[in-house]
This record gives sequence, structure tokens and C-alpha cells, in this order.
Amino acid sequence: MSAPGVNQSRRRLLVAATTAVGAVGVGFVAVPFISSMNPSARARAAGAPVEADISKLEPGALLRVKWRGKPIWIVSRTSAMLAALPTLDPNLVDPNSAVAQQPDYCKNPTRSLKPEYWIAIGICTHLGCSPTFRPEFGPDDLGKDWKGGFFCPCHGSRFDLAGRVFKGVPAPTNLVVPIHMYLNDTTVLVGQDQGAA
Amino acid sequence: MSAQETTTTGFMGWIDKRFPATKVWNEHLAQYYAPKNFNFWYYFGSLAILVLVLQIVTGLFLAMSYKPSAAEAYASVEYIMRDVEWGWLIRYLHSTGASAFFVIIYLHMFRALLYGSYRKPRELLWIIGVIIYLVMMATAFMGYLLPWGQMSYWGAQVIVNLFGAVPNIGPDLSTWIRGDYVISDVTLNRFYALHFIIPFVLAALVFIHVVALHAVGSNNPDGIEIKDDLKGNRWSPTAPADGIPFHPYYTVKDLVGTVVFLAIFSAIVFFGPGFFGVFLEAPNFQPANPMVTPLHIAPVWYFTPFYAILRAVPPMYDSQFPGVIAMFASILIMFLLPWLDRSPVKSIRYKGKVTKVALGIFVVSFISLGYLGMMPVSALATVMSQLFTVLYFAFFLLMPIYSSLDKVKLVPERVTA
Repeated sequence: MSAPGVNQSRRRLLVAATTAVGAVGVGFVAVPFISSMNPSARARAAGAPVEADISKLEPGALLRVKWRGKPIWIVSRTSAMLAALPTLDPNLVDPNSAVAQQPDYCKNPTRSLKPEYWIAIGICTHLGCSPTFRPEFGPDDLGKDWKGGFFCPCHGSRFDLAGRVFKGVPAPTNLVVPIHMYLNDTTVLVGQDQGAA
Repeated sequence: MSAQETTTTGFMGWIDKRFPATKVWNEHLAQYYAPKNFNFWYYFGSLAILVLVLQIVTGLFLAMSYKPSAAEAYASVEYIMRDVEWGWLIRYLHSTGASAFFVIIYLHMFRALLYGSYRKPRELLWIIGVIIYLVMMATAFMGYLLPWGQMSYWGAQVIVNLFGAVPNIGPDLSTWIRGDYVISDVTLNRFYALHFIIPFVLAALVFIHVVALHAVGSNNPDGIEIKDDLKGNRWSPTAPADGIPFHPYYTVKDLVGTVVFLAIFSAIVFFGPGFFGVFLEAPNFQPANPMVTPLHIAPVWYFTPFYAILRAVPPMYDSQFPGVIAMFASILIMFLLPWLDRSPVKSIRYKGKVTKVALGIFVVSFISLGYLGMMPVSALATVMSQLFTVLYFAFFLLMPIYSSLDKVKLVPERVTA
């Protein structure tokens, strides 16, 4: 269709330019809508650091606190539990914590600031279930080689008492150790460390 | 079309001058000529529309009593069940309807596999259908969070975390989907909004699906194009010889199917709406608790074949992303089906033994994966899932080879009885 006196190339340019400006406009208008689906100020505030009092935590027991809606475990490990950790190394995917699933100050054999206390996010690295705490040695269902750890009921992943994942289970990596710091001997702050004051 | 398409007098005449009511009626019903040899498998298209309408209507009435907040959602469902007049019926119609919808769609898709209904010229019809299936799954997934039971919560947790496995953007993407660092009130609220609106998108897609169907014409159990033979029938001299008007012939036939379906459906709604813990899972009778994971998490049955594929693929390179890819690939591969089938014939009736065996293996694999996806993890289940995952993909990926090599029978010129 070409009417006399119509400059087709100029018309094409105008149509293309209008379309491009319109598309950019749609892109800009989409930003507020997409951003509105991000965590709100209230949700971000609820993600603030939490304090935990560990003075009453018995050796070998686990304390749960909630941070950002996730379960945080604080495990008090006995000397027998700590002694068992290195013996498991050959059966683990990442015994030396090479993958950055912990802050640098917890990249050590016990994956903690203090060997007797281990702090972690209690969410399986496979698909986000919360593993169960199985501190006993050699229970019937987990086998006599079990030296305490965590068993994920969803898909059968196994972790030791430093949250290191065993070979041959669905979870790909060790459990995450969140940033944390000790305010004093009996209080730990989860969600903040000396680095991020 | 020679038949009169509009009336000019009376009430319908007044309407037809302003809206093509008679024309639409004729084009899509009274003068839409469908092959005369439709069988049992052709019930499921109209049944799917029936269930979609049922879901929209029951969903609307549930929405009048439901509260989409983490604090109130679980209690409001119990309120519907106990205090709202007939609330239990509307809720069970909706929950059973969801499962019925998937049963019907799986049979509808299997019909397409049987008779090659995805083959040229129906590739786009099939693609629209697969899109409908994907949108249906999204709707069902979001709807399952709404009762805010343990399985609602943890099922959503697992599925949303699938997006977290995407390299680089994964964690931000799953936070964006949830609107929080965990599944929370925010997530529930937005899933409710989406669960309400998407069914209307679904209805629009179904409309497009039907428009595409009526443009190319229905396939049939013989896989013969009746439009290639326009010698006329007793209603029209230019219509396909093997076509009969959809109305009244197939509207009446579909009514029979509807009655049988509603009898079975009602039996489940009234006597076993949980359907042995498959349609309504036991952990969902406990309110959602973010601190306690149920001992065994499985999605609802209609997702379990894909869930089994997800679990079958071991993590690679410290990432579970390959499993996620395999799961999505197992669904998206359906889009390629029209181009994977190289057989010279459409219908299974004229295909050879190899194709029949392949289809049989596929059905067994799909059902087995569905079963394995419901089961807790064990070494045996994992190996079985891996085997059936390979067979599932082999059905599609080897199809260009076996479908072109397989011996076929001679297709008759006209449809058979």
C-alpha cells in the first residue's frame, strides 16, 4: 500500500522510533511492579540480627532460635562429639569446607568460632527442609557408623555435627553457617559479625 | 458455507445485525463438522472445560469466606468446612476438582499421543495445549499453598527453592518470588492473588485452543484428514463426507460422558474427598509450621512424575541445578513432539509394533515415576526413578529414529467405523 506523496522510509523510521520509545516506556513502568514483589521494608526489618542466650545450653544439646524466619541451630558439642569429627573426613564431600558455605572465620575443622559451640542455619542445602538432630551414636535406623549429626527426612541427606554433608546423598554442599559473633561468654548474636558493624 | 448464516427477521434478526450470534453458533456448533468416528477418548476435551468452569465457580464462592493471611488462612478453611453452610461441599468440589482436572488433562493428552493429534497441521494446537498445561500447573501449585497446612507450606518451600538453584541469580530470584526470606504471609497473599487471576488467563487460552481446533478441524482415531474429502454430506454439499455436525451429535454424546464423569466425581466428593490421602495429604491437616518439617514431603500426585525426575538426577559440580533442568526439560520437551514424530501415519492404529511398545513403555514410566515421586527416598527408589527417567526421555529423544524406521500399515481413504 503506497499512497502518492508518502515518504515510506520516513514513515518506517517514525513507526520504529515510536515502537522503541514505547517499549522503553513499558520497561520503565514494569520496574515499580517488579520491585513491589521484593521483600518490603517490614520484611527486611524482620531479618535483623537476633541474640541468643546460651548459658543454659547443656552439652550435647541443640537450641533453636529464629532468624529471618529460618531455624538457627546452636549446638553444644561434647568432647566425644568433637573427637568423632575428624574420623568422618573420608566419607564427606567437602571435609575442609572449601565451598563458601560459612564465613571465613568458620573455615576450620569444627566450622565454628569456638569448637564447643556450632551455629548453623537449619535448612538442608538440597531443597530447604529442616533436618532432624540425631546426636546419638550408632542408632538402629541410621547405622552403627553414625557418630551424631543431622538427617534430612525429606530426601535422606546426612550431615555430621559440623554440618558437613556425607557422600552419596542428594544435598550438594555443607549446611550454611550464618555470620555471627559472641557478645560475651553466654550471648551470641546471629546475623551480624565484627566485619559488618 | 451455503447454509443461511444470519437471520434477518424477528428477535434473532435484531441481534444478528448487531452481533454475529447465529454465525458463531453455526461455525462452532451446528455447522462445525467433526469426524463421525470419535470414540471414548474424545470425551476429555469437553470434560476439561466443564471442570475449569466448576473450579472457577467453586473458587469464587470459597474466596468469599477465605482469608489469605498466614494468621487466619488455616482457620478460615476450617471455618468454611464447619461453619459456612454447604462450605464443606464447595471446598471438596474445589479440591477434588483440581485432581479431576489433571486426570482429565492427562487422558486428553494421552489421546493426542495415541492418534497423533499433534501432527501437522495441528502443531500450534498442541503447543497451545502444552501452554495450558503449564499454566494449569502454576495455578494448582499456588492454590495448594492457600490452605496453609504443613504440606502446603513445605511443598511450596521445596518448589520455590528450585528457582534458587539457578546459577548466580537463583537466591535473589527465589526471594523475589516469595517476597520474603522464607515462605511467609507475603507469599501466601500474592499466591492467592495469582491463584485468583490465572484461571481467567486459562479460560482465555482454552478459547484460543478451541479457535485453533476449529480452524484446522478435529483429528480422529484414524488420523485421516476429513477435510481432504469435501464431497459433501447430508447437511451440506461442501462439507467433509465423514463429518457430522458437532451439535446435536457430539453435544449429546458429551452429555453422556458428563453424566458418567459426574457420577464418579460425586462418589469421590461425597465418600472419599481425600482419596486415600492422595488428593488431600495427611500433613495438610496440621497448620503450617516453619520450624518443623514433616517427616516426608511429596507434592500432590499430579506433580510427582516430575518430582521423581528431579530427585533422580544427582547433584553435579556442587549444584542441584542439573536435576532442576531435567525436571523442567521433561515438561518442555513436549513442545517438540510435533517435530519428533517422523512416522508417515498419525494414528496408533496404523503405526507399527515398535511405536506401540514405545508408547507402552512411556505410559509405564510416567505412572511409575508418579508413584516413586510420592514415596520416601530409598536406594531402590532412586535407582528405579533413574531408570524410568531415562525411559521417559528416550521415548521423546529416540522418536525421530523409531518412528521413521517402524513399519506402518496402509491408511484407508475414509474413516472406519
